[in-house]
Amino acid sequence: MGSLFHWIVFILTALTAIFAAVMVITRRNPIHSALFLVLNFLCIAVLYLLLNSQFIAIIQVMIYAGAIMMLVIFVIMLLSVEEERRTYKVRLSPAKVIGLVVALILFAELVYGIALRVLPGVKGEFTPEKIAQMGDIKAVASLLFTRFLFPFEVASILLLVGIIGAVILSKKER
Amino acid sequence: MLPNVPPVCYLIVSALIFAIGAVGVLIRRDAIVIFMCIEMMLSAVNLSLITASHYLDSLDGVLMVFFVMTVAAAEAAVGLAIFVLLYRGRGTIKVDEINLLKW
Repeated sequence: MGSLFHWIVFILTALTAIFAAVMVITRRNPIHSALFLVLNFLCIAVLYLLLNSQFIAIIQVMIYAGAIMMLVIFVIMLLSVEEERRTYKVRLSPAKVIGLVVALILFAELVYGIALRVLPGVKGEFTPEKIAQMGDIKAVASLLFTRFLFPFEVASILLLVGIIGAVILSKKER
Repeated sequence: MLPNVPPVCYLIVSALIFAIGAVGVLIRRDAIVIFMCIEMMLSAVNLSLITASHYLDSLDGVLMVFFVMTVAAAEAAVGLAIFVLLYRGRGTIKVDEINLLKW
């Protein structure tokens, strides 16, 4: 696999992802924010492919960019948030300035933490060659249904509770 | 021949997207946009988990991302139901005007 190709794709998708993230928080129309968020998710899916995680890249596109964003856009349409945006004025209140400063400090801390020691930790057994030989989904499934079986079952109960909660919340009281 | 992309590049992209999401949560007033920013932050964390998992030859990070996505889906279902309920009750979902729990 060509290294130059990796670099070009990485830089392009990383810049696009950051650009889309900035657009999400600066657009006034929530629909535009949602569409830029879809772009951001797709770029991150490409980064997953560069990191040799095809399974996660696919479910990122299907669940995040597909299912969750479809729900979000559906709710935006349903609530007609669009009408509120005319009264929405962008002004730099003290709270926003403080928020920006706090987020900058957060970013500085994250970068400091990353640069301090890059990925300490023991190497596992799943080398790229082994994953390529086994197949990504097969390797993930072999762990999911053995060592992570209990969290898997808990996740299924969580999803069930989520469904029931959503139905109960949106049901009209009589 | 160029070296491979080092993990620190991916981690910095992830940190940057996370920080931008945090800015969005702090400065936006629309509950739906805040919700989208939270999803963006979750996805940035997923990117750093996958990076660690790839460069440490392990699949634990991939499994963690799988569970984070499950939680995000459940959160989306319940959160959006709450927004619909709020809108029905109060006619707005701007967080400035939803202050029943404020003392």
